Order: sequence, then structure tokens, then C-alpha cells
Amino acid sequence: MEMETGKINQIQKSKHIRTINADNILKARKINKQTGCGECQASCQSACKTSCTVANQTCENK
Amino acid sequence: MIHKYNLFGYNLALDVESGAIHVLSDIAMQMIDYLEIMLEKNNFSNLPEECPVDIRYFLAKYESSDVKEAYSGLCELYNNQLLFSKSNNNIKLDFNENIPVKALCLNISHDCNMNCEYCFAGKGDFGIENEKKLMDEQTGMNAINFLMQKSKGRKNLEVDFFGGEPLLNFEVVKNIVLNTRKLEKEYNKNVRFTLTTNGTLLNNEKIDFINENISNIVLSLDGLKETNDSMRKYNGGEGSYSEIVPLYQKLVSERINKTGKYKDYYIRGTFTGKNLDFVKDIIHMRELGFKNISVEPVVSEEYNDYAIHEEDLPVIFKEYENLAREIIRRDKNKTDIFNFFHFNIDLENGPCFYKRAKGCGSGSEYLAVTPNGDIYPCHQFVGNEKFKLGNVNDNFNISDIKLNENLMKIFYGNNIISNQKCEKCWVKYFCGGGCSANNEKFNNNIYSPYKIACDIEKKRVECAIAIKAILS
Repeated sequence: MEMETGKINQIQKSKHIRTINADNILKARKINKQTGCGECQASCQSACKTSCTVANQTCENK
Repeated sequence: MIHKYNLFGYNLALDVESGAIHVLSDIAMQMIDYLEIMLEKNNFSNLPEECPVDIRYFLAKYESSDVKEAYSGLCELYNNQLLFSKSNNNIKLDFNENIPVKALCLNISHDCNMNCEYCFAGKGDFGIENEKKLMDEQTGMNAINFLMQKSKGRKNLEVDFFGGEPLLNFEVVKNIVLNTRKLEKEYNKNVRFTLTTNGTLLNNEKIDFINENISNIVLSLDGLKETNDSMRKYNGGEGSYSEIVPLYQKLVSERINKTGKYKDYYIRGTFTGKNLDFVKDIIHMRELGFKNISVEPVVSEEYNDYAIHEEDLPVIFKEYENLAREIIRRDKNKTDIFNFFHFNIDLENGPCFYKRAKGCGSGSEYLAVTPNGDIYPCHQFVGNEKFKLGNVNDNFNISDIKLNENLMKIFYGNNIISNQKCEKCWVKYFCGGGCSANNEKFNNNIYSPYKIACDIEKKRVECAIAIKAILS
């Protein structure tokens, strides 16, 4: 299949590989390594209350 | 660890430890399996510069130049730690220190004017009998003072008014908000209030107060009238749809227009085993004018006729795919776009590693307080005596309130690194280890993942990644 043009954070775009997100976990490891800054929203306070998720939380420090 | 799958005709590969996401050609997708075997053989040391004969043999049906090009690209990813990247054990996360409390769920009312069939709060009182139903202002402010004093080092704090139905105790809600604003200055904190309501008691005064003071309002509605009214009923049996929808529309329309600043809201529904075709309900919510929507699977014992069972999962997965298709279609057409809570993944500004590893923070940075002041690890543990951590009214000096440290240590230690089942799972950095309360409810152990919830979360993340890949 042919790749489409990407927009975000591409490190590779070729006929065979399109990287849409390079290293968000690697980057996340570098921030506040031991305990986090703790300023972001508790995930259960947002809209769920019954099914946990964290990846949609936005970092307060960015 | 790589998680690869095909969705909507796209070959997708998530490199779990780096978080990198790749859209691959058919050749590159197949080649990953061979690379993994090779790397396991040489203990993940390196890949040869030239495409090995074995791989060329296995992929002989493709043009040789394509195979070489795909190989070269995958090698580049591997060399940049974006494919088969390893977890970095050098980072020592500290889960054992006395973590500051930063969020409270205030169960301001254990009473409810509705009798929803699926209520996990036991129709409001969480199964706690013979205790007071409404939190008094003193208990509420003791909880707020407890939060202020236990949140050392944290600026942003959160308080959620929950129930039962919080608006049955609206005067206390109001007074707590206004009194907290005074304390914020004294303690140099920024408190964000959330309120979750069934909507039936909303009026002009309450809408104005909520829009002015509550930074995120969660409005319960299950979708179409027949869906909503089959579960969300008053004691007399009639449903709430006709009453609440105009009130929600008024609240949301005035939320930005009157205050002049954006404030969050979510229309939040529940789907059950009786309405697994929940996408039509979500579309209906959008047709009503709502743009921020969260619809979640019911939490229920298996014996209930509305419970979700493992055999329902294929239908639920198809429904999430239908929802993802609809979101993609609307985004491409730029019409009637909406935001579905569980498809929101922030690939660029997501949470830090600690947050991903620790999850929601229940029992450590997030606690719940009942009307009589009892403290629990979160709202879903309320009523389960063995998880009671303390009481905000226990001591005149709030700073002297003692919590059950042995119990809290169990929660401090609950994270995706210590939990072997989570540690080996590809979705761990998206879910943060799932819901401890669900684990306890279904497996009698906060560390033991609840499989149905895990499977549903995996499907939602697969869809969310595919949406990003297709729309980027």
C-alpha cells in the first residue's frame, strides 16, 4: 500500500514507512524522572469515573 | 515490544517502549516478524547492514529493491531506538515516598432523586445504610483543609463533587467553592472544581453558578430517549431524557458565551449489554449539539441482565470501529466534528512517564471522602470497609489526621512496573494500569487486571492510534 503524507513529528517518510509519532514515551521518561511534577489532572476527575485511561491527559508543564 | 495490527486497511506498528508509531507497507509489516526472530537470536545487539538472504527468501514474492528499501528503513528505526526499543531500567521511579494528595472526590451527597438501574453507587448511598446522606459544610471544609495541607509541593489541585446527586446538596457545594477560593490564596493553590450531575435539578441559578465556578461539568445522558429512559429513571419509573436535554443545551450554550472563556464539559453516558450498538446514541448526542462526549461500558456484576460479558466483546469492538470511521469521516468532511473522550490520545504533549506508570493515582494522590468524612482510595471503593483509610473529622488539627499507612502502601506500590501482568502488556503506557477498583470488584485484588476492561481499553487505543494515523 502507498503511504500518505504525514504532518506530525515525522522522522521517516518513505514508500514503506511513515512514522507519525517518534518517541513520546522516550521524551516522557526524561521529564521529572522520579515522581513526576504531579500538576496534571487526575484521570478519574475528567469524564470517566469508571474506566481508567491516562494517555489523553495533557502535561501541565508543556 | 512491538504491537502491530491492521485497521481500516492501514498496517500499524506501535513500538511500546519508545511510543513511536509507524504506518507500514505490507512488506515492512511482514518483515518485522523476521527481524524480531533475528534480534532474539543475537540478543538484540545489531542488525546486519545488508538485508539477510533469509528475509529476501521469505519475501521473494516482492520486488527485491522494495525488500531492500523496507529493510533499510526498519534498520534506521531500530538504530534510532524507535523499533524494538528496550525499557530503560536506569530510571528509578519513586512510588514509596509519601506522595502528596492532589485530588479529592467529594461525595457531597449519598442521596439521589433518581433510581438508575445500573448505578454502581447503589442508587446513591454506595450500600452504606444508616449514615447521613448529605455532607455538611464543616465536613466538606475539613476535607478541603486536609487537601490543602496534604498537597505539599503541588499547585494545581482538583475537587470533584460527586454522589449520589450533588445538586441535592447545592448550598453546601456553593459554600465549599466560595470558601475554598479564600483558602487558595492562603495556601497558594489553584483548585479546579468538577461536578457530576444527573441534570434533573438544574435551574438558572445553578447553571450560572456552575458555569462561573466549575471548571469541568460532567452531565449524565445515555443517548437516544429510549436508551436513556430504559436505565436512567426516577423512582416512579419515568425516564429523565425530556427534562434534562434542554437544560444541558442551555448550560453548554451559555458555558462559553456568558463567561467568555472556555470551560470543559462532557456529556457522559453508559452503555450496557442491552445497548451494545451505542454509536447511534453518540451520534444522537452530537445531533443535540454536544461536542465533548464520553460513553463508557457499564460496571456491573455478571448476574445483572445488563452486564457486559466476554462474549459481547466482538460486538463492542466492531462498534468502536464504527465510531472511529464516523470520526474520521466527519473530520475529513469538516462537518459535525466531535470529541470522544476515550479516543483522545495526546501523542505530542501526553503525560510524563511517572503518570503513565502510576495511572489515576487512587489511594495515593487521589482520594474520596464520604458525607460523614470517611476517606477511601477513590469513589469506587466507597462502602468497602476494608479500604477505609481514615476520616477528615477525626482530629481538630487537620495535619494530625492519620491515614492507614499500610493500606496506602499497597496503593503506592500499584503501578505498571511492579505489576508483572501490566509490565508485559503493550497498552500499559496508555491505560496506566487500569482501574484498581474494577480489579478489586471482579478479581478481589487491586493488582489483578480485570480482563474485559483491559480488552476494551486495548481496542479503544488501537482505534485512537488509527484515527491519528489516518488524519495525520
